[in-house]
Amino acid sequence: MMLLSCKETTRLLSQGEDRGLAFGERVALRVHLAICNGCRNLNAQFKFLRLAVKQLSGDGDADKPA
Amino acid sequence: MPPPTPAAPADFRAQVERLRPYLLRYAALQLRDTSAAEDAVQEALLAALAGEANFAGRSNLRTWLTGILKHKIVDTIRRQSREQRAPELEADRDAAEFDGLFDSRGHWAEAPEAWEQPEGSLRQKQFLAALEACLRALPERTARVFMMREHLGLETPEICKELGISATHCWVMLHRARMALRLCLQTNWFAK
Repeated sequence: MMLLSCKETTRLLSQGEDRGLAFGERVALRVHLAICNGCRNLNAQFKFLRLAVKQLSGDGDADKPA
Repeated sequence: MPPPTPAAPADFRAQVERLRPYLLRYAALQLRDTSAAEDAVQEALLAALAGEANFAGRSNLRTWLTGILKHKIVDTIRRQSREQRAPELEADRDAAEFDGLFDSRGHWAEAPEAWEQPEGSLRQKQFLAALEACLRALPERTARVFMMREHLGLETPEICKELGISATHCWVMLHRARMALRLCLQTNWFAK
């Protein structure tokens, strides 16, 4: 099985936001995240970035009347 | 606030006009250039007024206008990238760019710490200003790809097509943007 370094993990976590990951990639990520606090934190931060950018234009509440 | 009702023709124009500041901000976030943003909004509003029948109160007016504007923004980006198609040089530097964060085996030299209550920051104007400053600090092409993905919400194949770059290059730039933004927010917001 593929063992990821943290550096490779950051790349795959980012790509996971942009494309469907292959089964092997998902497994390798899960194994790495289970043992790596830093990469878990980074993953949460990548996801938070997505939310935050939506907030910039007020898109976070696009469905509410202006 | 009442739910949006079908717009009467008489005040449709006024309703559309009222959304202009929002639309300008939306366009400027992507295009980084006020006059290009104004042009895109103007084109979108003209198209919207001409296509009023298509709206007919079916959806939120802002959502509908934003959809039209998105197309105009992509048109602008397409024109711009045709004029200044740069070789894929930026990507080559990327590989080494975050090396300092990792040791020789690719493990964190300094692991990211958890951010406390990041959702609370989203309601703070100062946080959004800090995020905008971090976005402005990104290299132009990197920021463009990142905002096409996260602000316009385009999928990577579409971004690649519009910019004439490979999917791999696209992912490299998105990774680079996220790493840089994370680091910038860590330094300028969460570590403070």
